[in-house]
Amino acid sequence: MVLILDIFTSICFFIGSLSIIIGACGLIKLPDVFSRIHAAGMIDTGGTAFFILGMVLQTGWSLITVKLVLIGVFIFFTSPVTSHVTANLAREKNILPVGKKIGKIL
Amino acid sequence: MKSLILFFILFSLWLLMSGHYNFLIVCLGIISCVFCVYVAKRGKLIDDEGLPIFFIPRLLNYLIWLFKEILKSNLSTAKVIINGQVEPETFTVKTSQITDVAKVTYANSITLTPGTVTTKIQKGVLEVHALNSDFGKDVRTNEMDKKVTWLEGKK
Repeated sequence: MVLILDIFTSICFFIGSLSIIIGACGLIKLPDVFSRIHAAGMIDTGGTAFFILGMVLQTGWSLITVKLVLIGVFIFFTSPVTSHVTANLAREKNILPVGKKIGKIL
Repeated sequence: MKSLILFFILFSLWLLMSGHYNFLIVCLGIISCVFCVYVAKRGKLIDDEGLPIFFIPRLLNYLIWLFKEILKSNLSTAKVIINGQVEPETFTVKTSQITDVAKVTYANSITLTPGTVTTKIQKGVLEVHALNSDFGKDVRTNEMDKKVTWLEGKK
């Protein structure tokens, strides 16, 4: 039983680290601010979700599990706000995104 | 009524976070929760926007669907970053929700799924930046818009 949980934890940590590494590569590789926000969003959602899932599997049912889930919930609610603030500030400074525009933009 | 709900939410959060259940400490927790509710009520923060309880009955269903979407778009974003097929596009979509909280929820859900970011909000129109035309198509089908309107439950 412990072995199975350990294996699942390792898989979760592996997927989490993979998505963080790919996100970090994207932060360097992608062309402009708006595209880089997507890579950062990948780190925020995929990375943290899988790491927290792995840690929850290790702790079992206790108060620590609740705290870990709460960390996840708060990141889940705050990360889109920071992404939106970054994107909105760039738009307010009249930085236009690279690539095509469909229809009239605000 | 709403202040009572807020008190119970705050106090259950306090109980889960503290882990010490002496008589004195629990009393202090109750006092601090009551004080927080009093401050929120005095600041007129307890309304539909501060405490959107009309989300609660359908929230779990929506969250499961949202997690599925996040997983899917995480995979496709990873593929796009590795392949390097980046064709960013910017467009606007209309929202069909009534309340401001629901509109913000919709914008946040778009931002939360990797590959699409809401860059501006003006009244009922969102400006969305997508990493690829596939992500753009997903938003323009208005599937998420319908889901959030359903979550709001005012229609």
